[in-house]
Amino acid sequence: MARRARRAGRPQRAPWAGPLGLYHPGATVLHRARPGLKLAGLAVLGVAVVVATGPLSAVLALGVAALLALVGRLPPHVTLRGLGPVLLTAALVGAYQWWARGWAVAVEVAVDLVALVLTAVVVTATTPSDRLLDTLTRLARPLRHVGLPPETFALAVGLMLRTVPVLARTAHEVRDAARARGLERDPRALLVPAAIRTVAHARSVGDALAARGLGEEPDGRPSRRARP
Amino acid sequence: MIELDAVTVTAYASHDGRSEDVVTLLGPVTCRLTERRIAVVGANGSGKSTLARLVNGLALPSSGSVRVDGLDTSRDGPAVRQRVGFVFTDPEAQLVMPTPLEDVALSLRRLRLPAAERDARARAVLERFGLGERAEVPVHALSGGQKQLLALAGVLATEPAVLVCDEPTTLLDLRWRRAVDELLAGLDQQVLLVTHDLDAAERAERVLVVDGGAVVFDGDPHEGVAAYRALMSGRRPW
Repeated sequence: MARRARRAGRPQRAPWAGPLGLYHPGATVLHRARPGLKLAGLAVLGVAVVVATGPLSAVLALGVAALLALVGRLPPHVTLRGLGPVLLTAALVGAYQWWARGWAVAVEVAVDLVALVLTAVVVTATTPSDRLLDTLTRLARPLRHVGLPPETFALAVGLMLRTVPVLARTAHEVRDAARARGLERDPRALLVPAAIRTVAHARSVGDALAARGLGEEPDGRPSRRARP
Repeated sequence: MIELDAVTVTAYASHDGRSEDVVTLLGPVTCRLTERRIAVVGANGSGKSTLARLVNGLALPSSGSVRVDGLDTSRDGPAVRQRVGFVFTDPEAQLVMPTPLEDVALSLRRLRLPAAERDARARAVLERFGLGERAEVPVHALSGGQKQLLALAGVLATEPAVLVCDEPTTLLDLRWRRAVDELLAGLDQQVLLVTHDLDAAERAERVLVVDGGAVVFDGDPHEGVAAYRALMSGRRPW
């Protein structure tokens, strides 16, 4: 009751929008860096945290990620709020690893996870999605040989970035609807409509992309999907 | 010019969950739409959205043909979609990227412009639509009206010759409805507007009334709206 009263007195927050995908305009050295370089840096850090073992290397990786976030001037409050579920996941995974394999592995796994996600946040927050798509399209050129248009691959990444806040909002609305019917403790009232709405949203997005001619070859050649 | 020649759209439907029947969603429809402002009105489920989707090639005819400026939607789908923009009722599904600037730039990608030019054109389009100051805010933070305006901006950025709008103002309040109506009225494009707003339908040059999958009226807007009102009077929705 007290918890509900505290909530009622607080100003409302915008729905959680996930850690990735939101660009923060700026003129820092990271904003000016080429997207390919930033993606390469992210890949190097990913390999480094796998190769280097022990809690010290994980803490070092997290320090690098935090330093990059500072250099990129990411808004701390928004970044931490976006990372909330990742921190929770890291805590749960860390707790399990502590029980199963000891504190050193627990710290390494949990901190590695946070360091990697934070670095990915830095990349997406300092790179406009449009530039990221350009880079991914270039990187994905070899996929054309196996029948996957690079533009389609890049578009899929863009869609993933946008879908997280949409799914978060869907979950929020479904929870409200269940609460309005007094069914907030019934998992079916939460999971079933959320799943149905997610599929419906995916179909609508597919229609909208087709209507905009996205996913079709820019020179007008039909993609596999558009071919009647 | 939009030409529908003996178009029918059919689909499988199951009434008892076991067997499937083929039902006709629309048609046969034959018409040539040359006017700049055309409205389509009809009850929910009457087939008006199916008619709209045919024009962009989102739905393909089961028989007959649909042509836009001579291009067949079944044969020349991508070329048709370059000529025909489509705006949906719910902009949420149409907005793909995290910010308005990036979403409009996404539309421009298929023009294969250099990144800087794409950026400049996207900003110019957003300014034109009054969204210049919101160019880099998250899309999910925009109001419903701003989202619909952004969806329109994204479609019009590529300068299509025809714009099909499937109930673009249904989810909007009166202010935004008026703003979107004014914007559509000022466009150079041929506009096919599916709407429940009978005032907007009366402002068109031609009205099609769709009922039970058939075009039951095609002609003068005032007569068309009167015919639609007469059709719906006394009819219960269930």
